[in-house]
Amino acid sequence: MSDAPFLTINGRRFDLTGVDPQLSLLRWLKTQRLHGTKEGCADGDCGACTVALLHRDQDGTSSYQAVNSCLLPMGMLAGRSLLTVEGLAKGDQLHPAQQAMVDCAGSQCGYCTPGFVMSLFAGCYSDAADALADSAIAGNLCRCTGYAPIRRAAQQLRRQSCAGDAFAQRLAVYSGDGECADLPGFHRPRSVDEALARKQAEPEACWIAGATDLGVDLSHGRKRAGGYICLDRIAKLQQLSIEPQRVLIGAGVSLSRLERELAGVFPALDQMLPWFAARQVRNQATLGGNLGSASPIGDLLPVLLALDASVHLRGPEGAREVAISRYFLDYRWTARAADELIVAVELPRREGLINASLKVAKRQTDDISIVAAAFALALAADGSIAHVRLAYGGVAATPQRALAVESLLIGRHLDIDSVEVAAAALHSAFAPIDDHRASAAYRSGLAADLFRQFAATVVP
Amino acid sequence: MSGNKATMLHESAIGHVTGRAAYTDEVHPPLGMVELHPVLSPHAHARITRIDSAAAQNQHGVLAVLTAADVPGVNNTGPILRDEPLLPVDQVCHHSQPVAWVVAETPAVARAAAALVAVDYEPLPACLSTAEAIEQEQFFLPPAQVARGDAGTALDAAPLRLSGELAIGGQDHFYLETQASWVQVDSEGIVQVLSSTQHPTETQIIVARVLGLPSNRVVCRSLRMGGGFGGKETQANPYAAIAALAAWRCGRPVRIKLLRELDMQLTGKRHPFHARYEVGFDAEGMLQALKVQLYADGGWSCDLSPPVLMRAMVHVDNAYYCPHVHIEGRICRTNLPSNTAFRGFGGPQGMLVGEEIIDRIARHLQLPAEQIRERNFYSASAQPPRNTTPYHQPVVDNVIADLWAQLKASSEYDRRREQIAQFNDGSARRKRGIAITPVKFGISFNKTEYNQAGALLHIYADGSIQLNHGGTEMGQGLHTKILGVATRVLGVSPKRIQLMTTSTDKVPNTSATAASSGSDLNGQAVKAACLTLLERLRPIAAKRLNCAVDQVAFVDDCVQVAGDAKRQLPFAELTAAAYAARISLSATGYYRTPGLHWDPKAGRGHPFYYFAYGAAVSEVEVCGYSGVHRLLRCDLLHDVGDSLNEIIDRGQIEGGFVQGLGWLTCEELRWGAQGQLLTNAPSTYKIPTVGEVPTAFQVDLYRRQADPSTDVIFGSKGVGEPPLMLAISVREAIREAVAAFAPGASQVDLGAPATPEAIYTAIARLRARR
Repeated sequence: MSDAPFLTINGRRFDLTGVDPQLSLLRWLKTQRLHGTKEGCADGDCGACTVALLHRDQDGTSSYQAVNSCLLPMGMLAGRSLLTVEGLAKGDQLHPAQQAMVDCAGSQCGYCTPGFVMSLFAGCYSDAADALADSAIAGNLCRCTGYAPIRRAAQQLRRQSCAGDAFAQRLAVYSGDGECADLPGFHRPRSVDEALARKQAEPEACWIAGATDLGVDLSHGRKRAGGYICLDRIAKLQQLSIEPQRVLIGAGVSLSRLERELAGVFPALDQMLPWFAARQVRNQATLGGNLGSASPIGDLLPVLLALDASVHLRGPEGAREVAISRYFLDYRWTARAADELIVAVELPRREGLINASLKVAKRQTDDISIVAAAFALALAADGSIAHVRLAYGGVAATPQRALAVESLLIGRHLDIDSVEVAAAALHSAFAPIDDHRASAAYRSGLAADLFRQFAATVVP
Repeated sequence: MSGNKATMLHESAIGHVTGRAAYTDEVHPPLGMVELHPVLSPHAHARITRIDSAAAQNQHGVLAVLTAADVPGVNNTGPILRDEPLLPVDQVCHHSQPVAWVVAETPAVARAAAALVAVDYEPLPACLSTAEAIEQEQFFLPPAQVARGDAGTALDAAPLRLSGELAIGGQDHFYLETQASWVQVDSEGIVQVLSSTQHPTETQIIVARVLGLPSNRVVCRSLRMGGGFGGKETQANPYAAIAALAAWRCGRPVRIKLLRELDMQLTGKRHPFHARYEVGFDAEGMLQALKVQLYADGGWSCDLSPPVLMRAMVHVDNAYYCPHVHIEGRICRTNLPSNTAFRGFGGPQGMLVGEEIIDRIARHLQLPAEQIRERNFYSASAQPPRNTTPYHQPVVDNVIADLWAQLKASSEYDRRREQIAQFNDGSARRKRGIAITPVKFGISFNKTEYNQAGALLHIYADGSIQLNHGGTEMGQGLHTKILGVATRVLGVSPKRIQLMTTSTDKVPNTSATAASSGSDLNGQAVKAACLTLLERLRPIAAKRLNCAVDQVAFVDDCVQVAGDAKRQLPFAELTAAAYAARISLSATGYYRTPGLHWDPKAGRGHPFYYFAYGAAVSEVEVCGYSGVHRLLRCDLLHDVGDSLNEIIDRGQIEGGFVQGLGWLTCEELRWGAQGQLLTNAPSTYKIPTVGEVPTAFQVDLYRRQADPSTDVIFGSKGVGEPPLMLAISVREAIREAVAAFAPGASQVDLGAPATPEAIYTAIARLRARR
């Protein structure tokens, strides 16, 4: 356990002793003269720095996860294994993902190319239906090709199989993280109790889950807490249980897993997840992290509001559950105490609940929303509205429900009149801000019109 | 014709996919490499009253804090006007302008020390938009003009008349590799510059100017760029210059690569434009008179704004003839980063104004816009001819009508238009729109003297070849095309040729790789060098093959008696023989484009060697609830002449189109009240992803019927810029869909870019008007 910290890259072990634990993997790779991984933004938005992280699920299956190396602080990587673009070709023998990019003229200036290659590479070893679809490369920006040839490269790969090749074999024998010492300031507990004890001992330490939010600050050298408590090795946080009455989602479950394993349970979640950032971020981001940062535009937060989620917290005083409706207090301020850890999110399954979500952004793919909305509705036997949730992100300092408008709708039939009354009320229900994403007027308009759009699917 | 021409892949493709292709900042760091970080102005416009760098200089690892006083030569990087101090002397002119640069052992130390440099400012009034500049009459240079006929009188006489305004947003280049340079003063005192630059010669000149050296003391090389798009035509220069200054002052190798947010804050972009127009036309929609006033936002310094503005002015006409035209242009001086070249170089903005006007006419007359477009096409066969541009150049080899008809047929335009009308009748809140728009784009630098190029070819005695040319590789595939030219002329395989890093000590006095002219100019220069050496080799071969000199043919890495493959020699044997016979196996090649002349004051002449043509059909669906649009299908037909490399040309067309659609839809620059760029990262500035590109994306190369009247390299045409403007079809399709929310509207205004909010607003405005 006290082995020197190490990281395995392309099968080779690198000693991490003395490495700045807050340095991003991307910048560290440069110090090792592994220049194939490119820095296009250091923000987690361009994908040029994509690498493939070996990941072992609790059920023992392993996968290559495409992740942005700019968002991963070195402190999170002790003991882990990953591949960079330099590790794919065997001499002159290109990996199929590389060969497809060559065959289809998928590179022009070449700067984004290693990132695309790594996204496609990870897709080659995934069973997911969309493993090599557009969604596999939507987190990679290319300014030269217009994407058409890269899409053709992905199509070429869909017709091939990498089963049994050296990389598939490496997955098959991968036994998970190697045990080694932590880097200074980065604690990697194995249990919730251990994590809470560490937090008691180091109150200034910061929880860090997928690092897709905190990682941006670290990448820019901005936020430097005294220490970090990494949550990615705590098995309990990785549990996902789908029960008849409820779904319990461990706070550390990645959004990619939610997309796959919870598909078909909540339409509102299914509809929002594909628009939540891009694959590299969804592979790392967690529901717990989304709730912890509590951004007013966190895309999944309105969905949780609409679905009446409850947040399971553990702290030194024990466990408690907070209804999502009481969770958001003010701008990035929540009912969670500083020493509490989000362990799970519970979503009740309500019979006959109609639910949907909509998101509007300047660019529909991989963008931060202007307004995100989630709606839920249950009708009584007579067709009147028995239950309604109208939840929004991007219209206030916190994700919010339009409570007054919900009351207005209870007991009414969802006819054109009701829709228009509600929409008119929604138009003035919030006092959003003007910013570089959109004007307040547009946001107010969307609050009303997105409800109209939802209602039209219920009462066409 | 096929052979390597159509199939040769990008010469660096394997390097790209394996990560082995190196970029400027990645070459092995020599011992003692130091880095730079700027001290940024917090004001858009202010007087500098004091710079105190003592605290920064005392930091461990800091070598120097560079200010204006450190410049040994001319403290100016302006490419046309000398109005761009590398380091400000007494004034800052835009927010985040570097006031000083810290040179330090590591980026982190440089950054930390930059925060310790104390600068006092007295804020001055700032001009932060074209609107303010117009109101305050803040302009660079006198107005520019392009005119023909008597637009004023013709406007008065026209049966119908409309006027309007259009504001057009800018665009960040968002090359994936930010500005980067690497400089070392070598043992002989030569300043060795490696720069991610499109214009090594100008980078060399500016570095020499700043250091007070003659050009022969500076060598600038450009390895490969991670994208350029015009953003590294002039704006690579300041970063090479500051690195050179640091290397000169500190005696250490210096590397600079801008962080993304710095790159976005510091560098110029595609010029935002503001246009005012008056158009006179008849009931058939025929243009009779046009008066346009263009305002380009130049930013704080002039940079390339004059030629950008001029290219905008000479592309308002696009593919349309108008007898009486008067276009005036002005460059606004604002306290924003200095706007610069960007693929299309003003052409897209000019063309957008032209297409806006066409749409106004169409809706006013309640006629389909494509009808107005067709009717007004330049035509050599019309009587009287309607084939001369407002700048008095005939439209040579005009194929637009034929190309247009082909695309309309292949895209099933008419049938789809009807289907869309039916769809719209049955859909209240989702509307579709389809549009077809043309492109006619002039190829050549407006500035005549830039239309020259050089090459340097060495053949070694063992038959291997080194090829140098003045063009730079930024992903556009120039090196690959040049290899194609050389292999075709020399009759050798690509693996025999080593293409060398572009360097000013190999080919001097080069032009920027820009204006879609890279392969035209450098291709001809390379061809000339190759022909020179073949002429020298031919007599040797004739002697060895025992045939006449004019029977000698160079084919498949051999030299043979033409038509008789049995009588041949391997290329390497011939070159060895030539060496033994004391024949020089090194030659330069040179090319200047014939027939060009341009009078910038009069705005008339023959600035373009030829025109590239194209057309595009786009179909979109707009959501009336949110203003979100989806691009459903695109069909592009573009004229590249006899393609030098179809794979590369197709890539330019697809990529240019998507870049154009980004400019016109999701890419929006927003500035704060202090003149700071708010959208300074990809989290806030959104270029298209794969999700914005339709899977129904048909790209075809136009096959011309007649031989061209010009002599471009192997009958090809430049392709870098023109396809970007095919994306105007997307904007016009969106406008069609928006119009469907209020059938019969006589005017449909749409913001540029057409963001979801702009579309939402456009629909709301139409509904309110009804």
